Order: sequence, then structure tokens, then C-alpha cells
Amino acid sequence: MSMDSHISVQGVHKVFQSGGQDVYALKAIDLEIVRGEFVCLLGPSGCGKSTLLNAVAGFSLPSSGHIHVDGTPVTAPGPDRGMVFQEYALFPWMTVEQNIAFGLQIKGDAKAAIQAKVDSLLELLHLQDFRKRYPKDLSGGMRQRVAIARVLALDSPIMLMDEPFGALDALTRRNLQDELLRLWTELKKTILFVTHSIEEALYLADRTVVMTYRPGTIKRDLRVDLARPRDVASPGFNALKKELSLLLMEEQNRHEQDEFRGAAVD
Amino acid sequence: MKRYRHAASGILVPLAALAFWQLLSTMGWVNATILPSPMQVLTKWWAYLRPLEAFDPTQGSYLKWCFSGELPQDAMGSLYRVLVGFAIGTGLALPLGLGMGYSKVVNALFNPLIQVLRPIPPIAYIPLSILWFGLGNPPAIFLISIGAFFPVLMNTVTGVQNVDSIYLRVGRNLGASRFTQFKRIILPAATPYIFTGARIGMGTAFIVVIVSEMIAVNNGLGYRILEAREYLWSDKIIAGMFTIGLLGLGIDTVMSRLSSRMLRWHRGLEQG
Repeated sequence: MSMDSHISVQGVHKVFQSGGQDVYALKAIDLEIVRGEFVCLLGPSGCGKSTLLNAVAGFSLPSSGHIHVDGTPVTAPGPDRGMVFQEYALFPWMTVEQNIAFGLQIKGDAKAAIQAKVDSLLELLHLQDFRKRYPKDLSGGMRQRVAIARVLALDSPIMLMDEPFGALDALTRRNLQDELLRLWTELKKTILFVTHSIEEALYLADRTVVMTYRPGTIKRDLRVDLARPRDVASPGFNALKKELSLLLMEEQNRHEQDEFRGAAVD
Repeated sequence: MKRYRHAASGILVPLAALAFWQLLSTMGWVNATILPSPMQVLTKWWAYLRPLEAFDPTQGSYLKWCFSGELPQDAMGSLYRVLVGFAIGTGLALPLGLGMGYSKVVNALFNPLIQVLRPIPPIAYIPLSILWFGLGNPPAIFLISIGAFFPVLMNTVTGVQNVDSIYLRVGRNLGASRFTQFKRIILPAATPYIFTGARIGMGTAFIVVIVSEMIAVNNGLGYRILEAREYLWSDKIIAGMFTIGLLGLGIDTVMSRLSSRMLRWHRGLEQG
């Protein structure tokens, strides 16, 4: 474990039983993420990127190997690693401000402090006009803003994001990506972000980690040395995009062959 | 405009039915004892509704006098039994349902017994209820609480069991204790189910009150229509039946208004 590592994953295996066989969702994963780094996990579905994220979050612990956050082993979920889920996962019975305040109430903060914090987060994410709304009355983009605010309220140094923008239209998506970069620069979080979009990974991350399909291993750990704000039409961006596309295509083919074999057996 | 037109078309069929009914009577096609005319029913209804004595300030307030008629007294008696029975049934079903939904152990302990008792209609408890509680309100309330108990119980269990696991994951991620998870996540997530159960339970309670009054009690709407049969007062029977219908409708409207008020956050059917 290197000294400045914020999240440290060492020799992690995750094995599932499927039809009497061991399936390696994760195999011998080593990953060091330094404080303040923005890392994207990229891969086709079934490559174990969400499994790895859930292991860091503490929702499902590895079969073997070690995960440390700030030098402490991960044994359970906790507010030091706030998670933004793909399905928004806002509490529908709480208004926008109640959703954001919930984590602070659990922490046991004073009422006035909670109110101040909620107000500042509503402003930070441009949600002031929606504070009394229920999630059902919000668009997908707005809901994900609230989900981000709810995690930011915890002041957790780490943000875990599981394909948070996957369900959004292209424009809203770009908007929120820019917003996320702004927040990341401003608040200096360490972000581990799962996506299956090459462009999203290259647009956001300092490092893009490409994972293989079954067994889930790290195929490529690519440093993205492009200046921000990044231009998705620039030659540099496109060169990286092409490189990653080829890598990803191989995994996608293996995934499809696997499904085809599965179908033939059925 | 559209709203009024809808209301107007809703009145069309009842009016036609009423006209047809009046026609049957006026033409003398049916015996008035078997089916009295609408006018006859209405007259009887009014007589049943209005106070029996002239207003006397020494006997109490004007409001009390207004409700001194036979029908208001019966309706209040029935309503009282429904509310008490419903409160007892729900009061027992809710904690048990929450426990059974939340804990596999509690569920394993109680579910077999519940599944055996559940198919027994409340009506089947009548002999026992009279044996145990005699006549009057106690057996009626006992039957009504059984009627309300099972729908509330089953819906509460389902509601708690069906809480989307993603909400619990968020709760754990935010650091919620088990108690907080239960109070702030599981309970609110289950309320739409619980309210549905309460509405069904209230409907059952209303059916059971009428039946129980026919057997165990000497007042109430159920008792009154059975009593009217003894005298072949078919007009009073029909007036009583309509009163039961309207009262039931009123209760259900209150229940559904109450639940949509409290569940403003809930994604309604109209939104899929």
C-alpha cells in the first residue's frame, strides 16, 4: 500500500456460484487511488465494475484480498464513502430538502446547522426552486442533482458513483458531467465512477481503468493527460477514444460469445 | 364545463332507473308491499330521519334534537361500532404486520396460524362471539375487528416485505441505524400498502356491522331493516338500504381522501 493512497485495493477476488461453477466476477484486482483523483471504471456489462464499486462501498465484501480506505480496512457501508446510485434512489416520501437533510439528521447535527448546510447545497446544485418538491415531480437530471447533493451533505471525502448519468439524455448528461467536474475541483473529492461510456470516462477522469469480461480483471489502466475542459472533438481525445474502443470491443465480443454459448446450452 | 357535463351524465342512469321504478308502481304492475314506489320510500325515509318529538329547549341543544330521529340514532350506532371495531382490528394488525414483514422469525412463528384463520369469514364467528360476549355491542365489535384485522395485516406484511432494497442500501450508506431504517425508510415505504389495507378493512368492517346488527344488537341500520321486514315495511327496508349505501360511500370517500392527502408523494396510477 503506497503512503498517499486514499483507496487501496489489493489482490481482490470475488467469486460467485453459478450452475455449480465458480464465476470470477473479480480476479486479482490491484488498484491504488490517490487523494483527489477522479478514476473511471470502464467496461461492458458483466465485467465486474459495479461489483468492485460495491466492494469499496462495503455492500458486498470481497471473497479474498483487501480493500483499505485511508489505511482502514472496509468492513461495512458508511457515510465516509457516499454513493450515488444509477436509479437515483431518492426517498419518494421525502421532499428534495428532506432527502438532502436525511444523512445529516442521522449524523445527529443540530437543526440550524442542517438547515444551513441544506441551503448551501441547494444553491450549489441550483435546486433552490425545487426544495419542497417530491422526487416524482422532478426530471431525471434534477433527481440526480438531488442524489449528488445528498451525498455531498455527508462531507465524505470519497464519492462512489454507479453509472449515475446512464439514464439521462445526452444534453442533460453533459450538463451534469460539467457540474460534477466543477464540484470535484471545488470540493477536492476522490471519485470512483463506474460507466460503460468511453466518452464519459475520457471526458471526466484522470485515469480510466478498463476491465475485462469474466474473469473481471484490469485490462488497462490509462492516464488521461488531456487539459480540462476537454474538447470531445479534439484529435487527442479521439485518439484515446479509438484506443479504448478497440480494447472494449474485444471484451464486448467475449461477452456476446459467452451469451451465445449460454443460449446454445439452454 | 367538462366536469359538469360528466356529473350530468352520471346522473342520467339513476334518473332513468328511478323513472322506470316509478312507472312500475304508478301503472300498478307490481304489488306495493313487494316494491313500494320511489315516492313512498322517500316519504318513509323522511319520517325515519326526522325527530320524533317537537323541539323542546329544556331537553337539550338544537343539534341534539336534530339527531334524535330514529335513522340518525341508528346510523350513529352503526358508525360507532364500525369505528371502535376498526380501531381495535387495525391496532392489533399493524404492529403484528410490521413485525411479520420485518422479521423472518416473527413471520415463521405467526404465519401458519394466520393462514389458517384468515379464510374463516367473520360471519362464521357469530355463534362463538355470542357465546363469549352475549348480546349488544361487544360481540358486534369483536366481529368487526376480525373483519378489519386481516386485510390490514396482510397488506402491512406485503408492504414491509416489498420495500425496495435500494432504499435500504442508501440508508446503510448514509449510516442509518436499524431503528432509523425502520422508522424513516421501511415504515413510510410501506404506507401505501397499509392505507390500501385500511381501506379494504374499513369496507369489510362496514359489511360486518350490518350483519352483526341483524343478529346481536337491538339498534343500528342492520337491525332496523331486519325489524322492518317483520312488519312488511318494504319502504323502510329500502330507505334503510339506501342509507347504508350512502354511509358506506361516505366512509370510503373519507378514507380515500385521507390517504391521497397523506400520500401526496406517491406516484399515482395516472403516472404509471
